[in-house]
Amino acid sequence: MDILTMFGQLASGLVCTVEIFVLTLLFSLPLGLILSFGRMSKNVLLRTLTKVYISVMRGTPLMLQLIVVYFAPYYVFGMKISAAYRFTAVILAFSLNYAAYFAEIYRAGIEAMPIGQYEAAKVLGYSKGQTFFRIILPQVIKKILPPITNETITLVKDTSLAFVIAVAEMFTKAKQIAAAETTIMPLMVAGVFYYIFNLVVAVGMEQLEKKMNYYR
Amino acid sequence: MNVLEINHMRKSFDSLEVIKDISLSVKEGEVVSIIGPSGSGKSTLLRCATMLEKMNGGELLYMDEPAAWEDEHGNCLYAPKARLKCIQKYFGLVFQNFNLFPHYTVMKNIIDAPVRVDKVPKSVAIERAEKLLAQLGLEDKRDAYPYQLSGGQQQRVSIARALALQPKMLFFDEPTSALDPELTGEVLKVIKQLAKEKMTMIIVTHEMQFAREVSDRIIFMEQGKIQEQGTPEELFASTNERVQEFIGKLK
Repeated sequence: MDILTMFGQLASGLVCTVEIFVLTLLFSLPLGLILSFGRMSKNVLLRTLTKVYISVMRGTPLMLQLIVVYFAPYYVFGMKISAAYRFTAVILAFSLNYAAYFAEIYRAGIEAMPIGQYEAAKVLGYSKGQTFFRIILPQVIKKILPPITNETITLVKDTSLAFVIAVAEMFTKAKQIAAAETTIMPLMVAGVFYYIFNLVVAVGMEQLEKKMNYYR
Repeated sequence: MNVLEINHMRKSFDSLEVIKDISLSVKEGEVVSIIGPSGSGKSTLLRCATMLEKMNGGELLYMDEPAAWEDEHGNCLYAPKARLKCIQKYFGLVFQNFNLFPHYTVMKNIIDAPVRVDKVPKSVAIERAEKLLAQLGLEDKRDAYPYQLSGGQQQRVSIARALALQPKMLFFDEPTSALDPELTGEVLKVIKQLAKEKMTMIIVTHEMQFAREVSDRIIFMEQGKIQEQGTPEELFASTNERVQEFIGKLK
């Protein structure tokens, strides 16, 4: 196999990697916010449930979670698993897992907000929704950008775990080529691709942080 | 007409009784200062009056509209939420540490609540804000963010923010305690100006000289009770030992 074919195959895998990355963020960021509400709820049952959920999601390997989500329809409902479900399973497992981490980041950010901001908003007559979305959340987002960047970078690398259920993302492709051609070259190239991907993510997040620096 | 009326207010935190049966009313245009040692319940009184804390007993009325009252078993009941929202429009509160919204410019801090909460047209809100900024000497700060302002300027913005909702009365919770003497002066000047314009105000303060100059009435609080009240002349001439001691220490 010449180097161009290898690059081409890895590039097609990279497209799949980017898809997993983008879709996971799209679903897990809002889901994490909802989970953080549950985690901070006054309702004991709801709070305990989310606490247990977060504990399990953070306490077991993501690779295992992928396998569970992938085989659950068969073992739980006796359904036949289609090949198309593979990608869905990856997005589902990644989103559920990352939402747990994001929930704790949101919680830290929300709990760090000075109570005075809530009180000022209340006296000015803002509703609870307005207070949260207009006053609290914008300030929380600024505060939690650094830990969010951390998780996002980890996510780029974690997408490679999708190989366990044979989704054709970049790492799966690299392993296939490496096995067929008996060379670790494609794995090294994949590594370079991951690094460049993360460089882009880091620079993008840095820009975002700079943009939020208009106030202190 | 009484803008504010408090009857037999009681408030405890767990077993600690912080407010013990306080009654107090404020007439339109009246300026009332509350003084007293730390831990005497001044701030709690203000927080209960502004409904940031729920009182355990007593009555709270604004413009003769009941916000809270007691049932026959002595439980404190509050008006329904929608009602409280309306009643809340009667007053504004200025905090000790300003609590401006750091992500909004000065202008947006002032107009956001009128626009979002009272549904005032934006152009009207801006006009109103510009007038307030001019009045408070902050014309050139409209596009600044709070972190770019001195403490005194921030406190003046927070006064403008409260006034922009056109309340019937204003509460001040130690408005100058976070400021150095120089900045304190500029904030006190603004409050004095408001007093001249017959703004109804309750001011919790440690600035005795200021309280003396600006108030129609001074209340001395200690241990959750009103120990003494009267015109500044009366209070400063009081024969009450504790009042004398307290004022004497601060002179």
